[in-house]
Amino acid sequence: MEGLWTRWLLRTWVVLILLFLFIPILLIFLYAFNTSNIQSWPIPGLTLKWFSSTFDDADVRTSLGLSLQVGLIATALALVLGSFAAFAIHRMTWFGREVVSLMFILPLALPGIITGISLKAFFSFDGVPLSLLTIVVGHTTFCIVVVYNNVLARLRRTQGSLIEAAMDLGANGFQVFRDITLPLISTSVVAGAMLAFALSFDEVIVTTFTAGAQNTLPLWIFGAIRLGQRLPEVNVVVSFVILVTIIPVVIAARLTGGGGAARVPAAR
Amino acid sequence: MAVKAVGRPRPKGGGAVPFAAVFWRLPWLRSLLLLTPPLAWFVVIYFASLVLLLVTAFWTTDPFTTQIVQVWNTTNFERILNEPVYHDIVGRTVLLAALVTLTDAVLAFPFAYYMARVASRRVQTLLFAAVLLPLWASYLARVYAWILILNHSGLLNWSLQSIGLPPANIGYTNVAMWVVFSYIWLPFMIIPTYAALERVPESLVEASADLGARRWRTIRDIVLPLALPGVVAGSIFTFSLTLGDYITPLLVGGAGSTFIGNVVFSNIGIANNIPFAAALSTIPVAIMAVYLFIAQRLGAFEAL
Amino acid sequence: MKFGAVVAVALATGLMATACGSSNTSTGSKHRVPPTASMKPLDKVGAGEGLLNLIAWEGYVDDSWKKSFEQTTGCQVHAQYAGSSDEMVSLMQSGGGGQWDMVSASGDADLRLIYGGDVKPMNEKLITDWPNFQTYFKNPQYNTIDGIHYGISLQWGPNVLLYNTNKFKIPPTSWSAVYDNSNKGLVTAYDYPITIADAALYLSKSQPSLGIKDPYELTKKQFDATVALLMQQRQLIKKYWPSASEEISMFQNGDAFIGAAWPYQTIQLKAAGAPVADTIPSEGATGWGDTWMLATKAPHPNCAYLWTQYVSTAKVQAEQALFFGETPVNTKACGEMEALQAGSCAQYHASEPGSYIDTIHFWKTPETTCADGSENCIPYDQWVSAWTTIKG
Repeated sequence: MEGLWTRWLLRTWVVLILLFLFIPILLIFLYAFNTSNIQSWPIPGLTLKWFSSTFDDADVRTSLGLSLQVGLIATALALVLGSFAAFAIHRMTWFGREVVSLMFILPLALPGIITGISLKAFFSFDGVPLSLLTIVVGHTTFCIVVVYNNVLARLRRTQGSLIEAAMDLGANGFQVFRDITLPLISTSVVAGAMLAFALSFDEVIVTTFTAGAQNTLPLWIFGAIRLGQRLPEVNVVVSFVILVTIIPVVIAARLTGGGGAARVPAAR
Repeated sequence: MAVKAVGRPRPKGGGAVPFAAVFWRLPWLRSLLLLTPPLAWFVVIYFASLVLLLVTAFWTTDPFTTQIVQVWNTTNFERILNEPVYHDIVGRTVLLAALVTLTDAVLAFPFAYYMARVASRRVQTLLFAAVLLPLWASYLARVYAWILILNHSGLLNWSLQSIGLPPANIGYTNVAMWVVFSYIWLPFMIIPTYAALERVPESLVEASADLGARRWRTIRDIVLPLALPGVVAGSIFTFSLTLGDYITPLLVGGAGSTFIGNVVFSNIGIANNIPFAAALSTIPVAIMAVYLFIAQRLGAFEAL
Repeated sequence: MKFGAVVAVALATGLMATACGSSNTSTGSKHRVPPTASMKPLDKVGAGEGLLNLIAWEGYVDDSWKKSFEQTTGCQVHAQYAGSSDEMVSLMQSGGGGQWDMVSASGDADLRLIYGGDVKPMNEKLITDWPNFQTYFKNPQYNTIDGIHYGISLQWGPNVLLYNTNKFKIPPTSWSAVYDNSNKGLVTAYDYPITIADAALYLSKSQPSLGIKDPYELTKKQFDATVALLMQQRQLIKKYWPSASEEISMFQNGDAFIGAAWPYQTIQLKAAGAPVADTIPSEGATGWGDTWMLATKAPHPNCAYLWTQYVSTAKVQAEQALFFGETPVNTKACGEMEALQAGSCAQYHASEPGSYIDTIHFWKTPETTCADGSENCIPYDQWVSAWTTIKG
């Protein structure tokens, strides 16, 4: 229905937004090769020395490892808790449904610094030493909602008739879950997990308050940025992370974004 | 799949899986069991923490050792109410959060519209990936890249100069914060807006056109109302993330760019005055409570 | 109703828990004794525990000297970097202590840690190089109380006046340059409440009638005058620098031309070819003296002592001094510094006599008790809220 002019206007807009989104990222790539550890434009010179120094840096490896560990555990926990909640709420019509939704959204909707300091106060009150565990608890709390939302949205769009048909055909609850529900929701679970992991992987504020003697990657970056001695190493690490994640991100985008399910008219 | 019983399937006698059968007959029990672990997690950890924080707001600290003195009082709140500097800070934070939200909504809508309704499946996937990808580039590294763009001899002024324009000099100002915040949170607006636009049934749009509605009228009367929950859902993120940030103001803000988050942080990190920080935190909590209430009314929770 | 009930229970348990919590009341008497004063330090250093958890300033646990320590002692070093003294205090107090071994606190954090019971006495006799320390740093007020050492001094340095030599052809000789209206838009300052002391130091010379003796002990009148000066200075400032790299970037990119800095910034900028220099103006300067302090519940005390021994040796002292641009407390480090970089010993004042150190006003925590014993001074929490007001 869009006329030629509208299409061209929209296209221009899209290109401009893409430039806006990616110019800073291109700068991150470029300044990984900076000869100076001070960022200034134009770049004073190019070098590869930061790549070897980054790969030799034990702190980078430890913090990257910790971030992966935290991200995986928090995502796994969020997957279990978030899907549980989505399944429970999906079947419910009682008034508490909105309340529960509201509750799960809170850790994302309330400023991270509040989640951070309240968790910190809670842990110190209970005498729980800050550790990997406390970081994971913090991350899981705000990751649950991502999985919950994705799975719930998909469940709502799933035709109840499919499940009824399966049950009419004599499938028991477990069979229905395995053969009908799970395949239907699997892409939304994957998408939710990806987003949850991404959130956890780049989280600074809550982590600042819940980490003890451990540095996650963003905390290492914050430290490296403050003194600036090895600033280009930050760019090297970030460029590396982006390059590694391109393929999974495109796959996730295919699964969720262009996926057929979203095109099905809402069955409500 | 073998068809065993045709006709009355539900009460599956002879318990192959009697345990599961109970759940199917009593859906509320199943729901309850499913809901207990996530609910327990939230109540035991998150809500207990928030309540503890709220209680702390009514305590004070010993000025020297900075240890908490547990005497119930409202001095912290009085301080916030009586000192004009805190009014400025709260006003600045809320205003900028609103401005960023508005900016992101305006930037995101045409983009999401193109993704959802114009682009081919392939382009759609690529655009979606392009929106997701920046989330993997560290927030801090992106903010630092913006400092490189906005500073006095940075990319922006350099580009302006090379095409003969005067320098913009917006580095280390509230304008810089506005630009950087809008940039950082833009994907969080695009994603829900796009999801909502995608769900607008084609049939409705066609019907509207068939009934002779002009293109803009269709967008205004059909597409926009249906996409609104998505935009509101996105705005929850852009608004709250801006409201609670303290790192961007610290790095790209100028001399008068203090946010609520900065004061909270300096009272924890610097002064170790947790009660005062807690009292300050109640402000964004209250603001978000109102915001979420309105968002819920607009159906945003369905579109998250 | 169920949800409401759940919340009610949560509220009730939360309240109960808080009501039963231990209440820490402050004593507030003048002659306070640190809670850990009677704890007996180690007599001898045993075998390392294999691990060492440190809270440190960035650059204090650099790979270039950390690695050889790990190899010789087997103590794996984990360092958490903090951006300010107060972040260190906050980290040390979080989670009940328990996991940290040492903190490289500056003087303005030390007393809070000592009186908060977060650190405990150390045995200076176990530190082989201690007799070689500059006299002042053997027992500085900020880490030694009633003859008990709550830590071993490490390095120190002044807060210098950094300026762009193209903009300031005639080198500034007074801190007045950063308060001068003609420098509007050129000035920067450290984004941290202790900056108030810099202004107080300047006022102690420029307005002697105020009677400021010690920039950390300010009466209400002196404090208000200092805050007023800083409010005025705020109009000249484009941005306060929150960490070293911001100030470096601002000087490099033309967003700042003059302001207080650490020698570290000067070194980095000069290395990048920027036209800068620094000076200690005629009024003198504030400065920091850092101390490795041992956490009360340190889980790896032997590694902690091994680390303190190691960083006190002349060679490591010299390496760290050159890396960060500060001055070692070990007088023997001078030779090592000269060997690494000729002229550096004099450049960093490592060979200066004690009288030079007396011109540096070392960071310490402002308290209500003034030097004369009266209780009229403005304590640190008011410095923090004043700083918020100044920045706006």
